Amino acid sequence: MTASAPVVRPEGGAGQDPLPRRAVAALRAGIRNGQALRWTGAVGAVIPALALAFVLVVLVIKGWPAFRIDGWSFFSSKAWSQGNQYALKPEIKNGYELPPGAAYGALPLIVGTLATSLIALIIAVPVSVGTALAIVERLPRRLAYAVGLFLEVLAGMPSVIIGLFGAVTLGPIVAHDIAPYVARNVPDVPVLSYFAGKTGSGYGLLTSGLVLSLMVIPIIAATTRDLVRQVPILPREGALALGMSDAQTARRVTLPWVGAGIVGSVVLGLGRALGETIAVAMVCGASFGSFPSNLYDTMITAAAAIVLTLEAALTDATGYALSVLAEIGLVLMVITLLTNIGARLLVRRVSSTALPVGAGI
Amino acid sequence: MAAHRQTAGSLGQIPSVPIRRRVGNALFWGACFLALLLVVGPTLWLIITTIGKALPHFHWTAVSSDTVGAGTAGGLLNAILGTLVLTVGVLIVSGTISILTGLYLSEFSRGRSRPLLRGAYEVLAGIPSIVLGYVGYVVLVVQFHWGYGLLPAVLVLSVITIPYIAKATESSLAQVPSSYREGAEALGISQGWALRKIVIKSAIPGIITGMLVALAIAVGETAPLLFTAGWSTTNPSFALTHSPLGFLTYAVWEFSPSNSPINSANQLSYDAGLILLVFVLLLILIGRLIAARSRRYAE
Repeated sequence: MTASAPVVRPEGGAGQDPLPRRAVAALRAGIRNGQALRWTGAVGAVIPALALAFVLVVLVIKGWPAFRIDGWSFFSSKAWSQGNQYALKPEIKNGYELPPGAAYGALPLIVGTLATSLIALIIAVPVSVGTALAIVERLPRRLAYAVGLFLEVLAGMPSVIIGLFGAVTLGPIVAHDIAPYVARNVPDVPVLSYFAGKTGSGYGLLTSGLVLSLMVIPIIAATTRDLVRQVPILPREGALALGMSDAQTARRVTLPWVGAGIVGSVVLGLGRALGETIAVAMVCGASFGSFPSNLYDTMITAAAAIVLTLEAALTDATGYALSVLAEIGLVLMVITLLTNIGARLLVRRVSSTALPVGAGI
Repeated sequence: MAAHRQTAGSLGQIPSVPIRRRVGNALFWGACFLALLLVVGPTLWLIITTIGKALPHFHWTAVSSDTVGAGTAGGLLNAILGTLVLTVGVLIVSGTISILTGLYLSEFSRGRSRPLLRGAYEVLAGIPSIVLGYVGYVVLVVQFHWGYGLLPAVLVLSVITIPYIAKATESSLAQVPSSYREGAEALGISQGWALRKIVIKSAIPGIITGMLVALAIAVGETAPLLFTAGWSTTNPSFALTHSPLGFLTYAVWEFSPSNSPINSANQLSYDAGLILLVFVLLLILIGRLIAARSRRYAE
């Protein structure tokens, strides 16, 4: 750096250092010290938040008329009728138009969504946890890698293919083999009456639950496997030294050690099951306005209802049907968001602090 | 082994394992292996069914010609090309936004904005895709009069996939050893230069893995695309709006036996399923290769 006379920079861009060149220089400096990257990054990082806000606002605005018309009874009603769409004059209720006779209730959708997800979890949780334990504690490394590949394929399988499998292969087997056998042999006990009765066509609650369990298993199994791998060797060796068998060690030391994490992954899987659309739409039998009478009966879930009726909802000139779907979407979103947030809190808790030995005994 | 244990027991040095515990142990691990079988079995069954339904009647016209009518004849070339165009669009839009998001959250963001911005994309991951499809349809397709086309479909798919790439970017940037950054600083390299030439470079395998997950989702998503991409039996044009385009999952859904009574359409549905399966397997293979390469590189 020579001690030359300070360069006189003419203000306003006239002279030897014109504005474009200065701008280019500033840009170069910005790129070099990371400021440019910082600001483009900030713009990018705001977009997901904006998208989230946009989705919420659209659902609330679109769902508001339906909420004004039905109020809270929307959540306790099981009606599902488009009403007379060719009526000359729409009915007016609480200031909003609807086709005469149109009525929608969300209760069967909510019940169907929760019931299918519950069936999926009842199947998936023990299977996934058992698989994870077998992979980590019993399988040699190469075989564990191969089974991991299976889990990855199952996780990456497009849901429409699983739906096709459910509709073409699994449904008929449920209808012809599983359901009649179970229904015939189930004891006549009050609680088990849901297993008896008409066995249906193979499209319904049980098939939907089975299909969903196929989608939930890879989530729970892969997470549990990774969690179990992280359990330190010392507490397990300690358990063995105390004379516990390795099954007891797995059950009483390893699993409680990662218990919260497993619960977290289960809830994460639940989120997937609650929101699953197309596969359920293919195997649920799509019966609106009623509850399934037994395990094999046709039903509908919230997500499947949206995909199956969205096109038809546009024909409702009053916009009521479209508004109802927005309300259903909002309900579905709230349910899945709560489960997801719960899951993340649980997974984070277990990954940040180790549980004391034997907390679950 | 058993004989050895018996002699040890008879010598009175090591008490033999009580039969009850041995049975309990065997039962427990038996149940675990049964569970393993219940995962591997149905997965194999699913894969074999998907291949078995398609392969016996598979004809090369399925990948070389366009669909005719409602699947009465022809193939799936329009759908394959449509799916490819969609995935490229998602890679560009979602890839850019999410890499910027991950980069900003990992490298620049300080204070309270960080959990807020991260929470936003994590919440986004929890929204059922059909809800996003509904919003895309009602606002982009109907309200904005865009009609079915590439732009609404890519935008909705991008919102669905942003969380996955952003998370992968953020966590792989966080895993870059701090010695890299310190080394760069010690050499007097500016922060921007160090980021671009050193930090991001070593995070690339993780970012690509996240992109592969996003690709698998974009290829396999159905419900939101039904209402944003529409369907077309002609090859995709690159017009952004008012140009419905075909995609593979539509063919699986709409031509499946549940929705179409036409035999040739059902066959197209199975074919589309097989092609999707091949896509997914390819993505998984690429992911494994990248993971193996980056592991070797790290060692």
